[in-house]
Amino acid sequence: MTTAVRSDARRLAESVLDPEMPMLTLADLGVLRDVEEYADGSVVVTITPTYSGCPAMATMRDDIEHTLQDAGFGSVEVRTVLSPPWSTDWISENGRRKLRENGYSTPGPAPRRASGPVPLTLTVKPRPVACPKCNSANTRLDSEFGATLCKALYRCLDCLEPFDHVKEI
Amino acid sequence: MTDHDNAYEGLVDEDSHGQWAFGTSFDDPLAGVDTTVPEDVDLSALAGYCLMLGDDALISSQRLAEWSTRAPELEEEVALANVGLDLLGQARLLLARAAAADASVVPYISDTSPVPAEDALAFFRDENRFRNTRLAELDNGDFAQSITRLLVFSTWRLALFDRLRTSRDPVLAAVAVKGVKELTYHRDYAARWVVTLGCGTEESKTRMAAALTHVWPFVEELFVPTTEELALAAVGVGVDPRDVREEFDSVLEQVLHAAELTAPTGRTVGTVGGRAGRQGLHTEALGLLLAEMQSVARAHPEGVW
Repeated sequence: MTTAVRSDARRLAESVLDPEMPMLTLADLGVLRDVEEYADGSVVVTITPTYSGCPAMATMRDDIEHTLQDAGFGSVEVRTVLSPPWSTDWISENGRRKLRENGYSTPGPAPRRASGPVPLTLTVKPRPVACPKCNSANTRLDSEFGATLCKALYRCLDCLEPFDHVKEI
Repeated sequence: MTDHDNAYEGLVDEDSHGQWAFGTSFDDPLAGVDTTVPEDVDLSALAGYCLMLGDDALISSQRLAEWSTRAPELEEEVALANVGLDLLGQARLLLARAAAADASVVPYISDTSPVPAEDALAFFRDENRFRNTRLAELDNGDFAQSITRLLVFSTWRLALFDRLRTSRDPVLAAVAVKGVKELTYHRDYAARWVVTLGCGTEESKTRMAAALTHVWPFVEELFVPTTEELALAAVGVGVDPRDVREEFDSVLEQVLHAAELTAPTGRTVGTVGGRAGRQGLHTEALGLLLAEMQSVARAHPEGVW
C-alpha cells in the first residue's frame, strides 16, 4: 500500500460528520483517534465516545463504515477506545470556529484537578460566555443540561436569544 | 450520506445491515477495547461487581427517565433525562464488561435470539438477579425526593468511581475516569437543587425535609461491602465502599448545611438474613419498575432494533 492511499482512508474518515452537530467533522470534534489501513485493503478506525451514553456513537460507526466502503475499501472495522477519555480540549481550532459560526458558544479549558476529592460546586461557576449572536457578555445560564449531553443552555440578556454552550469536560 | 437534519429519513432508508433505522445496529459497546484481566483476578467476582455497579446505573437511569413528560419545568426534564442517559451509558459498558468477564451471568434466551449480552442482562433477568442497592429503585415521589435520591446516589458513586480510576482492571478504570466527569455534573446539579429547595418557601422546605426522611433509611446499605467487593478491593480492582463513607458524609454535610437542613437519624431499612439489594433482595418498587422496563424486550425476544 502506498502512503497516498493510507492518507486517503484517513482523509475520508476525518470527513465524516458528527450526527448531533453536523457542522463538525469527527476530526474537528476530536473523537477520531486512529485510522490504519492494511495491505489487504481493510481499514481499522478507532474512535472514542464523548460521553458514556452518547447515542451518536452507533451512528458515527455506521457513517464511517459506509463512507469507507462506498469509497471502495473492503473490510472496515470501527474500534472503540475509552481511555484516555475524550475532553472538549480536543475540539480543534477549526471546529471551534465552525461552532461559533453556527451559533454555539465554545468550551473553555476543561477543569483539572491535581489531587484530593472532586470539589463540590454549590454555586454556578460563572463562565465567561459571550452571546454567539450579538457578542454581549451579559448572558445567563438557564440549565447545565441542554439538547444533547454535551451542551448547557444559555440566554443572552441583551438580544434575548437562547443559545447552546458546549460545556467543558 | 445520511441526512441528519431529517429525523424521518433514516426510518425509510434500510442500511446495509438490513435494519429499519440508521444507527441502530447495537454493536458491542466494548468493541475493540482491551478486556484482558490481570491473572490473579477472580472473573466471577469481577462479573458480580460489574453487575452491581451496572445495575445501580441502569435502575437509576430508568427512574430518571420516568420523569420525562412529567417534570415541573422543561429545563429540569431535560436535565434529568441527560443524567439518566449518562448513567445508561455507564450501565451498558459495565453490563457488557460483566458478560465479557463471566458469560455465565448472562441469561439464556434462545439459540436464535439476536439480543446482545448487555441487553439480555438488562431485560431478561428477574428481580432477584438484580444486584443494585435499594436506593436506586426507590420511587420517584415528588421532585424533592428524586433530587434527594440523586444527591445521595451521585455523591456515593462519584466517590467510588474516583477511587476506581486506578483499578487494575483497565475497563473498570476507563469507565470510572469517564464516569467521574459525568457524575461531577450530576452531583452539583442535585446539590444546587437541594439548597434551592431547602432555602426556598415553606412548602419546599417541608417537602425537602420529608424527602430526606424518606431517602435516608437507604443510605447505610450503600456502605455494606459484599464478599466480591472485599475480594476485589484486596487485589486493587474494586473499592471497599466503607472507604468512601468519610467523603460521602463530608459532602452531604456541606450540602445540608448550605440548605439549612439536618440529616435524619435512626431508621434504616431492614435486611432479611443479612440480604439486601446487592444479594437480590429488593423492595416492591423494583418489580414494578422492571415490569415496565422489560415488557417490550420480553414480548419480542427475537427482535432486531
